[in-house]
Amino acid sequence: MYRYDEFDHGFVRARIAEFRDQVARRLSGELTEDEFKPLRLMNGVYLQLHAYMLRIAIPYGMLSSRQLRKLAHIGRAYDRDYGHFTTRQNLQFNWIKLEDMPAILDELAAVEMHAIQTSGNCIRNVTADHFAGAAADEVADPRPYAEILRQWSSLHPEFSFLPRKFKLAVTGAPNDRAAIQVHDIGLEVKRNEAGALGFAVWVGGGQGRTPMIAKKLRDFLPEKDLLAYCETILRVYNLEGRRDNKYKARIKILVHEMGEAKITQAVEAEFAQLSGTSLTLPAADVARIAAYFAPPDFATLPAISDSYEAAKRNDRAFARFAARNVHPHKIPGYGIVTISLKPIGAPPGDASAAQMEAIADLAERYSFDEIRVSHEQNLVLAHVRLDDVPAVHAGLERAGLATPNAGLVTDIIACPGMDYCSLATARSIPIAQRLSERFADLDRQHDVGDLKIKISGCINACGHHHVGHIGILGVDRRGEEFYQLTLGGSGDENCSIGEIVGRGFSSAKIVDAVETVVETYLGVRTSPAETFLQAYRRVGEAPFRDSLYVRADAD
Amino acid sequence: MALFRCGRIDVDDWVFPADDTQIPTAGRVAVPKARFLAERHALLQRPDALGLILVAGDGLDDIAPDLPRLGLIAIRFPRYTDGRPYSLARLLRDRHRFKGELRATGNVLRDQVTFMLRAGFDALDVTHEGTLFALREGRIVTVSDHYQPASREDSERHPGGRAWLRRSAGRSLA
Repeated sequence: MYRYDEFDHGFVRARIAEFRDQVARRLSGELTEDEFKPLRLMNGVYLQLHAYMLRIAIPYGMLSSRQLRKLAHIGRAYDRDYGHFTTRQNLQFNWIKLEDMPAILDELAAVEMHAIQTSGNCIRNVTADHFAGAAADEVADPRPYAEILRQWSSLHPEFSFLPRKFKLAVTGAPNDRAAIQVHDIGLEVKRNEAGALGFAVWVGGGQGRTPMIAKKLRDFLPEKDLLAYCETILRVYNLEGRRDNKYKARIKILVHEMGEAKITQAVEAEFAQLSGTSLTLPAADVARIAAYFAPPDFATLPAISDSYEAAKRNDRAFARFAARNVHPHKIPGYGIVTISLKPIGAPPGDASAAQMEAIADLAERYSFDEIRVSHEQNLVLAHVRLDDVPAVHAGLERAGLATPNAGLVTDIIACPGMDYCSLATARSIPIAQRLSERFADLDRQHDVGDLKIKISGCINACGHHHVGHIGILGVDRRGEEFYQLTLGGSGDENCSIGEIVGRGFSSAKIVDAVETVVETYLGVRTSPAETFLQAYRRVGEAPFRDSLYVRADAD
Repeated sequence: MALFRCGRIDVDDWVFPADDTQIPTAGRVAVPKARFLAERHALLQRPDALGLILVAGDGLDDIAPDLPRLGLIAIRFPRYTDGRPYSLARLLRDRHRFKGELRATGNVLRDQVTFMLRAGFDALDVTHEGTLFALREGRIVTVSDHYQPASREDSERHPGGRAWLRRSAGRSLA
């Protein structure tokens, strides 16, 4: 993974000194809260319902064991003994004292971490495929490009006060696990016919109150033009994006209002001026960054592991884990292990300090010392020998982390909702917990199969409900929490926005309603091989609407 | 109010006539874009240096031919969270090769000073007391290592290594 050199260390140290000075000026009263707000946001500090929250950047979700142990330590020393992994592959602590922030940033800097641009109207933490460098379907590793973009976007003098936040995602595989079509800029690393590396460039996707799927501005942008083209898009957005209404300020609205033809023209005209300037990426520098992500020292192993196959035969719990939480690796004899942070009945994405340490130990011993955070709020050990998966499973069981539900109905994404967030209009976590309990039975979960439930506690859609196979949006209706259901959304390469099927449900009724949807699917599917999303796309919303509303009204 | 120019507090040698007043017959005057366009012919006849006042949201296309004639462009930040002037400044410096004074006015706070200078501003019109104090006393705490080239290529140096790295010259905010 990427390692800081002297320049990177110096940069982060200087940024901490700058932020320490800003905090001191806030505490002394020189800065008003209004003046301080954009400054603290640019360093990941939010003022939540009950306390300050610190969001720590985990660039494209990559962590070393040492870094994860440091996060555990911070959770123990400065928070309530746990941390929360987010849908941007970051980690946030919800109970931090403002005066402790600079000290925490010093601790992070010691392990090459920071909180720069995890919030605010700037370029946010760049995300990437959490299976990068391991997935069997990968064309090229997206992480070198994500790292180059992370560097270029750090304290960018022109783009630190954008109309609104700006999110980039990079995938290197045709099966999109990074949801690039619902990002401000989404990049797919690909090869052209001549075999050269470059990017398909998608612009203007997003969720929030106006969900939109991105437009493809370029089918193939040469690798060397990555920064010049991104700078171009950001400049057009910075100058032309709406600033009169924060709900219409994302680039998706500009793309929508200008139209695909005009935005393409504006970007290409600006790009004609910027290409060939000092932003052009030298191949030697790309290679220098790529070297940090060189494959680890894989052993030559048989594709089939006898001990792994035996454990599947002999241990039902392990067989379930293997079926759901182990994905094919590009190297024979290895697997990708997903660690579910969705145990039955617990808040999605939380991990205790002790759990983080247990995972760090497993990663160090069995997965080349690295851990990934997925945007689905789980952790990933990317390079585990199949021979070792039983031992990893046993270690996870001891830590309470062996829930075999990756991609299943209880692998729910939820935003923090009204339990923490000052923007939320409804609670999300308790709904996730109740759904998880309702579908706790593992036989039933495995029978239902692939099903992504995503819950947002307000229209800002941090829980990605628009791209949930089943999406749940919490709203406030005259002081009561109500939940709107959407069906058929998807954030992958066949991206779609979920459709509202009818009126919302009260907090008391929403879990029943989801169960009705699941039962309806089980009734219409042609075979267990037809997933919820495939069935929904085949039959449409009618049978679901009927069972949710018509039958319910007749009762 | 004070003018911080080229690294020090300086005397303002420009006049900014109010919209409803006569422009003095001699001296360095700066006028808003609308007035510039309306009185362009007469203004360009003046022997003295001429300045232009832009606000966030103004475009450059209709004034581009006159830029070589201008000695000052002041761009107003209506709020310090409005980032449009940074892009305008960069376009003026990099695209149009504007060599005159580029002055940030309006809500100019010390935490933006490095961004402003890197975007090509070389003068700051400061009203905020804390910012003025910090500039005067050299107490601005900022980051002088950068991960991207910007509009100070004449003074920033490449510290070696990755092509996109830059380092500000010295610790001064010149």
